[in-house]
Amino acid sequence: MNLRGLRLAAVVTAGLLAVTACGNGTAPDSTTASADDGATLTLWTRAATESVSKALADAYNATHRNKVEVTAYPNEEYPAKLASAAGAKALPDLFAADVVFAAQYASQGLWADVTERFAAFPAKDSVAPSHVKAATWDGRNFAVPHTIDMSVMLYDKDLYAKAGLDPEKPPATLREFAGHARKIDQLGGEVNGTYFGGNCGGCVEFTLWPSVWAAGGEVLDADGRKAKVDSTEMAEVFALYRSLYEDGVAAPASKDEAGPTWLGALQGGKVGIAPGPSAWLGAMEAKGVKVGVAPITGITGGESTFVGGDTIGIGATSGKAAQAWDFLAWTMSDEAQVEVVAKSKGVPTRTDLASNRYSSADPRLVTINSLVSKGRTPYAQNFNASFNDSQSPWLQTVRGALFGDAGKALTEGNSAITKSLQQG
Amino acid sequence: MPVTMTSPPRERAEPERRPAPRTRRRSHGGRRRRALTGAAYAAPTAVMVGLFFLVPLGLVVWMSLHRWPLLGKPTLNVPNNYAGVADNELVVSAAWFTLKYTAIMTVLLFVVAFGLALLVQHRRPGVGFLRAAFFLPMAVGFASASLLFLGLLSDEIGPVNDLLSWLGVVDGYVSWTSGSAGSALGSAVVLVLWRFAGFNMLILLTGLQAIPVDVYEAARIDGASRWQTFRRITLPLMRPTIALVLTLMSTGSLLAFDQFWILTRGGPDNSTTSLVMVIYREAFIRLDLGSAAGISVVLLAVLLVFNAVQFGVLRRRSE
Repeated sequence: MNLRGLRLAAVVTAGLLAVTACGNGTAPDSTTASADDGATLTLWTRAATESVSKALADAYNATHRNKVEVTAYPNEEYPAKLASAAGAKALPDLFAADVVFAAQYASQGLWADVTERFAAFPAKDSVAPSHVKAATWDGRNFAVPHTIDMSVMLYDKDLYAKAGLDPEKPPATLREFAGHARKIDQLGGEVNGTYFGGNCGGCVEFTLWPSVWAAGGEVLDADGRKAKVDSTEMAEVFALYRSLYEDGVAAPASKDEAGPTWLGALQGGKVGIAPGPSAWLGAMEAKGVKVGVAPITGITGGESTFVGGDTIGIGATSGKAAQAWDFLAWTMSDEAQVEVVAKSKGVPTRTDLASNRYSSADPRLVTINSLVSKGRTPYAQNFNASFNDSQSPWLQTVRGALFGDAGKALTEGNSAITKSLQQG
Repeated sequence: MPVTMTSPPRERAEPERRPAPRTRRRSHGGRRRRALTGAAYAAPTAVMVGLFFLVPLGLVVWMSLHRWPLLGKPTLNVPNNYAGVADNELVVSAAWFTLKYTAIMTVLLFVVAFGLALLVQHRRPGVGFLRAAFFLPMAVGFASASLLFLGLLSDEIGPVNDLLSWLGVVDGYVSWTSGSAGSALGSAVVLVLWRFAGFNMLILLTGLQAIPVDVYEAARIDGASRWQTFRRITLPLMRPTIALVLTLMSTGSLLAFDQFWILTRGGPDNSTTSLVMVIYREAFIRLDLGSAAGISVVLLAVLLVFNAVQFGVLRRRSE
């Protein structure tokens, strides 16, 4: 071509080179520099955890040169946001994720490997073990606990008293729970005995699995590759909730509850006793409900909990791993766990801090904190697709077990979930 | 234009015409300049189409031939992603539902939009207000409109159930968006009708107004009834507009996502899970980009066939 064309080609090539250079231009991780060097760190989290992330970031920013900037996304959109960011190699420096998704993110390499850094953390043995295990892939650690939320029985003390039950004597077995719910339901009017999220896979696993575990049953194998939801223990738990729904003891909206209005239903002061997240204690009290807290039990006794919440790790594409770890290590320190988390009635992510000067003021918090060691966090690489997603085989199983042909739903569901767990 | 430029200059080879090389060069240069100017005018659109349509399309096809992790190197796994489409039970049920929804939606939306267009066709007092009122829902974003309906239809916070029970239509608790497969689909259909009928009415209205008044007058003089006028004049002359509207409606319905994602979450029991929701699940829940790309390519092929058939039929008829 001519000179002009040549010049244009040169300019375009130079531009492309510049763009490529920018794309690869993340600074190499400098391990020699101080980890608190005034870096700005981006942190992503989901709306459900936003308040805790912000409280931790504010406290850290106040005492450090590094600055953590928190961005929260709506819960449902968050996994897609993370996947898009990973695809574009533009993950934030730090991101938190629902603990049950941790294995999937770790296996996809979305978090940087923190095995050596975590091993050097002084109190590593008392960091919530089920969370640490959830973010382990091929024997390497990829994330640490960020927030802990556990499933517990939440009951309305006023309705207990009205129904002639002792507000200080919560049910000790799941059968007793059903009995209490039936008695409160007899109060009539708008009051219902209980409530559950019958159209929400995540809600059901969070509140019903502890009853299976308490009875000595299993829902998954240790590797998260095989489902065990067709067990007798699971069938008994479903049958109990099913009878509560069929007899009108559970609010009719339980069948369609997909999650968004779950808290609203419990806050209304019209539900006697229902399993739910421990983190809602404050939100329910704010609406004037006198809340009692008790562990979730098995059909004939025992107690357990689903240790949920979020784990947090360093974005695999971040160039500020040292600074990001400085923040993570600080969030697990005594100072952050007691003065930020426990002070705002949260559950410390360190088992050695379960009883602290804030929890001792509220016996209900002692009940909640003591459950961490008895509870479990299920582990599976394909957890979201198999259990939490609206199109998951687990939700189909739940719907069948509670409102359809229970026996068939559990048998067929078990193989469908197993197939989903082994995919990919 | 390229044909005239490349045609061999037979007569120009004659010796006596030789003295014209400068002119020829100039005219050749002029044509070339014109061609370049044309190309320059088309360039912005061509770049946009190339960058935002052809490149992503190529990438999706390329992705569908690979196992494509979020981070790390893709590996060729053809034809696994396509074989997986047939094995996926959710794809089959979603494809069936999407087709059913497309049929219902296209018919209903067309009838309502055409009805509205006929209603506000002539200038009469109040017609301007009605046209604006029918078109207004289009000003609300589709996701926002879906959320609005979710709130309105909610038993907890919405007024619809209170109103219906006051009128004695329903008794007790009713869940429109997830109570049954029928009511979930129904609530999405009502939402889409509310949101899009006005827009399609507008397109049909422009078609109606393009029909010359003399044709109607001639028919009236010939003594044609209203129904005959509608069948013999309005419908045949509206064919190109109807073709456009039907294509827009069926393509939009085949690609349905927002209304089901927000309003029904694909439930109850996957009864309102659309194909695009399955693509979303493969990409963002299972993080299997290759499989998501495979389903997308299949859906694109179906859309192409759909539109080709539709255009073919309508073009033949208008000829």
